[in-house]
Amino acid sequence: MNAIPVPRDIPLPMPAPEPILIGVLVIFFLMHIVFVNFMVGGALLTFWYQLRGLKEKRFDDLAYEIASTITANKSIAVVLGVGPLLAINTIYTVYFYTANALTGAFWISIIPLVITAFVLTYVHKYLWHQMERMKWLHIGLAAVVSLLFLFIPLIFLTNINLMLFPEKWGTVQGFFSALMLPNVFARYAHFVLACPAMTGLFLVWLFRRKDDAEIAATGFERTELIRKGYQWAFWPTAAQFVIGPIALLTLPETQEPIHSVIAVFGVAILVSLGMAHLMFTETRRPAETIGKSFVPICVMMLVVVGLMGTGRHLYREAAVTPHRELVRAKTADYMRKVDEANRQAATAAEGSAEGVSQ
Amino acid sequence: MDFPVFHLDFLGNRYLIAGIAILHVLINHGLAVGMMPLIAAMEWYGHKKQDPRWDKLAYKILFVCFLITTTVGALTGVGIWFSVSLVNPYSIASLIRVFFWAWFTEWLVFVTEVCLILAYTLTWKKWTAQGPESKKRHIRLGFALAFASWVTMAIIVAILGFMMDPGNWLTVNSFWTGVMNPLYIPQLAFRTPLAATMAGIIAMFLILFFTKKQDQFRNDALRAVGLWTLAFAPFVLVAGWWYYTSVPDAMKDNLGVSLGTLEFVDWQTKFLQIAVITVVTILLVVQFAISRPKLLPKVALVVPFVAILWMTGHFERVREFIRKPYVIGQYMYANGLRVEDYALLQRDGVLTYATYSNPLTEAEKAELPNGLSEPERTARLEAIQKGKDVFMNTCTRCHTGHGVNSITGHLQRMFGDQPWTPELTAGYIESMHYAQPYMPPFPGNKAELQLLGTYLQHLQQNKAPIPGAQSVGVIVSGAAAARSPEMTNQTEAAVQ
Ligand code: HEC
Ligand code: HEM
Repeated sequence: MNAIPVPRDIPLPMPAPEPILIGVLVIFFLMHIVFVNFMVGGALLTFWYQLRGLKEKRFDDLAYEIASTITANKSIAVVLGVGPLLAINTIYTVYFYTANALTGAFWISIIPLVITAFVLTYVHKYLWHQMERMKWLHIGLAAVVSLLFLFIPLIFLTNINLMLFPEKWGTVQGFFSALMLPNVFARYAHFVLACPAMTGLFLVWLFRRKDDAEIAATGFERTELIRKGYQWAFWPTAAQFVIGPIALLTLPETQEPIHSVIAVFGVAILVSLGMAHLMFTETRRPAETIGKSFVPICVMMLVVVGLMGTGRHLYREAAVTPHRELVRAKTADYMRKVDEANRQAATAAEGSAEGVSQ
Repeated sequence: MDFPVFHLDFLGNRYLIAGIAILHVLINHGLAVGMMPLIAAMEWYGHKKQDPRWDKLAYKILFVCFLITTTVGALTGVGIWFSVSLVNPYSIASLIRVFFWAWFTEWLVFVTEVCLILAYTLTWKKWTAQGPESKKRHIRLGFALAFASWVTMAIIVAILGFMMDPGNWLTVNSFWTGVMNPLYIPQLAFRTPLAATMAGIIAMFLILFFTKKQDQFRNDALRAVGLWTLAFAPFVLVAGWWYYTSVPDAMKDNLGVSLGTLEFVDWQTKFLQIAVITVVTILLVVQFAISRPKLLPKVALVVPFVAILWMTGHFERVREFIRKPYVIGQYMYANGLRVEDYALLQRDGVLTYATYSNPLTEAEKAELPNGLSEPERTARLEAIQKGKDVFMNTCTRCHTGHGVNSITGHLQRMFGDQPWTPELTAGYIESMHYAQPYMPPFPGNKAELQLLGTYLQHLQQNKAPIPGAQSVGVIVSGAAAARSPEMTNQTEAAVQ
């Protein structure tokens, strides 16, 4: 079935010039996703260190430190999602709502799933010491939280992907068939790898600013902790050099050329190379100089994230632009017909009114 | 409706939204808007009296609020968006086009509120330990949070008010006309003491958990929070009265139908009764809590809370009266079609302009009349398919097939077991907006009325649930689809 649906758009003007809306979307989306990374990465690292903590107590304490950061990060992640939600609803009305409806059961289940994940995160954190005697149950909680946090992004990615391909709307039957569309899993892997990497950098920031007493309480040297952060940042980032290009190459072909998309991602890869190099150097530095390149690394990460967001947006535009032209034409045509029908109805009403008066 | 039709045939689409929204309003009013000033006041009072018991109690209550508002509270807020965009995408999309900046501002305030509650909760112990200067700063933080919570509510109420305010939408699409609408101030005046009263009741309930029976402090705390509650409760009644008397003003433009007016009078009387009962219950229970704190069982506080729920639920229904049968006053009906669309659709039919068709499942195809020949069967199924599409596009935003507020239930009540032939039902549907002022006029043409009738007759025999696009997908209608070769994606072949 190759029929491509061309629905009508909402016949109301945009509330602001498009570049402003796009700015809102891209910028706030990136802020959203960075905190999502901290949240998901934080949950995964907590789980990992808790497992290691079974053998060596101080890892359990480290896990607790990381778990404590999720509380704030997760709330910020969610609240920062609402701004881009507004913007994407406005700019890509037809595309986004259609994808939502076609995967509706899973889309709405995001709400109870996130609530569950958050409540369990609280239970896990605030009952940490009470659950000392039920260690496996406690670690089980961390595992469930991690699984939830790994599943929820898949729902988002499926939607964000499905919205780009109107030619698939007639063939999709529910969430799982939309999940199987090309590029979803490659993008998902790209996202999942970013979580420990961003969290690694977050931990470097955290352990650099904690005071000596707090560091001593963890049972690790500050240098060790910072090095661990960099290692979490570096290795997944190294893997991105494989996964990223796969995600790029599996992007479905668009009618519009995507040279600019490739150029943007190309520059991003170059900057990433420099950043990964610095990260690696940091992992090898001794106590006196470790952390020296933290600021340049963060700046480069910001640049990379910005480029990723830009490239992603350019691809989305390339994918939907031709279809959007069809939608515009369709909407204009429909509105013409509406006017015509209303005029006709008005004339008919006048006619009959005259008929009565005569 | 030009989106794939999301549909819940058992629960009903409106109940999805209503369930999420009510939960959200309760948490927002009771645990945020009303509770944050109460907690900040308790903290301030404890600091003034240098009595750490107040501080501990305030923190415990805050912690409960924190756990609930940052999980269920925040997510049900997002959930309202998610559910409305599934059920009524055209209405929310239209509203966003007009109110983008209002909602954007609202969002910024909301971000502030979240940051403040995080800061307030997570710094409590540390700043308290740091001495009086930090403590004062912390108390100020609490009042800032209380203010931000209230502002969030005030903006939302303005947006809701504008959506309810008929007419304005068409002429002056400005946010400020919304704020000026006759219901805004009364509504805000009603919700504010309501939130404070709810918070008082909840706080008293929590005090019973967080203090010991013998402890004198329990009495002090109950008395103080009781006074808070008593101070606000009368304003619920006063503002409720004000609101109640302002509603007809707001409805004038929308309602000509006498039946609706009758129902509204019924609503008004009931609202007033419930409000009086609620406030009296509150006064009695709180009086009792203050004078006989030792005898107070926990369930006693559940009673006024349930009364408040009842009143709030009834209160929220007023929006239906004011709006019906519109989803956006005078602009768009609750079926998602604009008033302006009707001339075209009633002339050419809704199906002519429908991009999607809603496939029938095998179960839905069962129970055809016996003894049909093969061509008759095919023709019948085709009519049922079209009738279903009419139903999905024009009725399902409010009705299910066999679940809550089901069309079959209504027809059963109206026509019993006699066959629901199109001759029987079409006449009613054609004038249904007179019979039931909740309903918009039927938007389709005469032929579609017959198709819908055929489908409804089929539903009399066939009890299979009607699936939505979220499970069976959609069929792209032939005429609406673009078939230009360049639009077919090259990867299509590779994937299949
Ligand atoms: C805006 C929402 C809405 C839409 C759209 C809607 N209805 Fe209704 N309908 C209602 C409500 C509300 C009632 C009253 C329910 C009650 O009183 O229990 C109702 C009642 C009915 C009844 C029973 C009437 C009676 O007098 O008891 C029938 C039959 C009915 N609807 C058919 C339809 C059909 C057919 C369609 C589609 C063409 C439709 N409705 C569209 C909201 C709607
Ligand atoms: C419930 C509140 C949330 C809202 C309102 C929200 C909003 C959004 C929006 C609007 C987008 C699309 C932005 C765009 O494509 O430009 C998005 C993308 C995404 N969100 Fe969220 N989000 C929320 C919670 C979450 C949670 C809890 C997670 C993870 C556990 C998450 C993970 C993602 C991912 C992975 C993407 C897609 C990234 C990509 O396309 O590469 N979100 N979110």
